[in-house]
Amino acid sequence: MIKFDAVSKRYPGGHEALNNINFHIEKGEIAFLTGHSGAGKSTLLKLIMQMEKASSGQVFVNNQNLNRLSKRQLPYFRRNIGLVFQDHQLLFDRSVFENVALPLQIAGFDSREAARRVSAALDKVGLLKKENQNPIALSGGEQQRVGIARAVVNKPALLLADEPTGNLDPFLSGEIMELFEEFNRVGVSILIASHDLSLIAKLQHRTLTLDHGRMMQGTSKPAITDI
Amino acid sequence: MAASPKATKRKKPHIVDKPKRSKHVKSGVLSGLLRNHQHVAVDSLDRLFSTAGASILTWAMIAIAVALPLFLFLVLQNLQQFGSNIDEATQISIYMELDTSETELLAVQNSLNSHPTISSTNLISQSQALEEFQALSGFGDVLSGLNENPLPAVIVVTPNSGFLNQVRALVEELGSLNKVDSVQYDFDWLQRLDEILNLAQRLTLMLGVLLAFGVALVVGNTVRLAIENRRDEIVVVKLVGGTNSYVARPFLYTGLWYGVGGGLLATVLVMSAQLVMQGPVSQLAGLYDGDFVLIKLGLSDIFNVLLLCGFLGWFGAWLSVLRHLRTIEPK
Ligand SMILES: Nc1ncnc2c1ncn2[C@@H]1O[C@H](COP(=O)(O)OP(=O)(O)OP(=O)(O)O)[C@@H](O)[C@H]1O
Ligand SMILES: [Mg+2]
Repeated sequence: MIKFDAVSKRYPGGHEALNNINFHIEKGEIAFLTGHSGAGKSTLLKLIMQMEKASSGQVFVNNQNLNRLSKRQLPYFRRNIGLVFQDHQLLFDRSVFENVALPLQIAGFDSREAARRVSAALDKVGLLKKENQNPIALSGGEQQRVGIARAVVNKPALLLADEPTGNLDPFLSGEIMELFEEFNRVGVSILIASHDLSLIAKLQHRTLTLDHGRMMQGTSKPAITDI
Repeated sequence: MAASPKATKRKKPHIVDKPKRSKHVKSGVLSGLLRNHQHVAVDSLDRLFSTAGASILTWAMIAIAVALPLFLFLVLQNLQQFGSNIDEATQISIYMELDTSETELLAVQNSLNSHPTISSTNLISQSQALEEFQALSGFGDVLSGLNENPLPAVIVVTPNSGFLNQVRALVEELGSLNKVDSVQYDFDWLQRLDEILNLAQRLTLMLGVLLAFGVALVVGNTVRLAIENRRDEIVVVKLVGGTNSYVARPFLYTGLWYGVGGGLLATVLVMSAQLVMQGPVSQLAGLYDGDFVLIKLGLSDIFNVLLLCGFLGWFGAWLSVLRHLRTIEPK
């Protein structure tokens, strides 16, 4: 699902955020991406989302070489990836329902089909009852779950999360992780950037570790499908 | 990418679920786009009304910028009626050469009588001219002392057209006739009015073009602020796969509505001015005694103004979108 082939990223200004990264995440796999602050976790996710371009090397998503992705294709490419942010990035000028419906609206779904999918996604994250509220009235954990509902409402094959539990207490973090595992069980490939080491240790999934922009070898924990 | 056996056994995720997805998208692309246009059109108008205070200011600026040249244009069109409508009783005097014989004079008069733009002619022979002169001036004795009549014969022509350009053509034609010495017709002031009006029309057109740019810029600037206000939303929309045209659409509609609203207000302004002026103008026209009709803003004019303003608003928004929207990228 995701393949990095000798990828480096140098930001303008010269800082080398990623240095010769190689890894492969299979379809249907769930993996953590960890490392100290500034190790390059967010940068790696941005390369997958094409918010940044690799300085060298090649990134493949679902066999598609992202170097060959045109500007025109980029939006359609992104529709196949769900993205969860630490700061959830909800829009406070509209209801929970409308926040979750946004990707469907963009993809041109008719409103009935969209409503059905939004309800299903909100139901999955346990917030169906709050669909008409403004997200500003929700707790941090609830807001994060709305963000997750929005990320999965379009049924993406790949889900990326950048510090999805960063602001949450251990209990809520556990809940969020369970949600991710549930999506993974129905076939969604998931990559979660996190430095919550205790949580990562508990969950026993494959773990990729970055250190100053380099991928550490042999850090994959129980290695489901290590390459 | 070689999928692991474990992965292929699982329910296929959406991204590889190609047949199903393309089927859905194909049936829905056009109607989805139409739905989005509809939704965005209504939503952007809604937003303008919900921030009515700021919107009214923009609408008013556009309205004034549009109403000014529009009103001037209307005034000029009305004035042009005066310029191009000559009193039909105004006569043209043709002075014949002194050596023109009586028969030649009659021949010229005859041919003039059948001219399409001449309604009547009146021949004043040399001797008649002399008599008139003697009666009017009191210099009769002086002239009778001369053995040759110094006064030319005159043919007075009444044109049957009230249009300045036709009369002007007629005067030129008469001047080139055989045996004609000179033609006199007093349309100097009319000509001047006509020229002044032409100039004024050109100036109005230039003013209109300048103000049209002004309208586009005002809308562009207002849309720039709207883009700034919705920055967060734009970033999120781009991250969940909104195309550039999807992101731009609400702002283009915002510009369109600014333009159309401003144009509507401008026509209201001009029509109010018309109403206020109607009384005095028709009184003036009565004095002038012509068949003057007040030219007003017609339905098609209003339609054209709205169309033009809508376009200007859209264009201004488009310029703004081009400059500012592409710089907002998720980071
Ligand atoms: N836009 C940018 N321009 C220049 N340097 C950048 C930019 N973004 C990130 N960096 C640098 O690249 C390095 C990696 O940043 P990145 O955000 O990927 O780290 P991270 O692992 O996500 O850290 P954290 O855990 O704090 O989020 C950092 O040293 C950072 O300063
Ligand atoms: Mg980060």
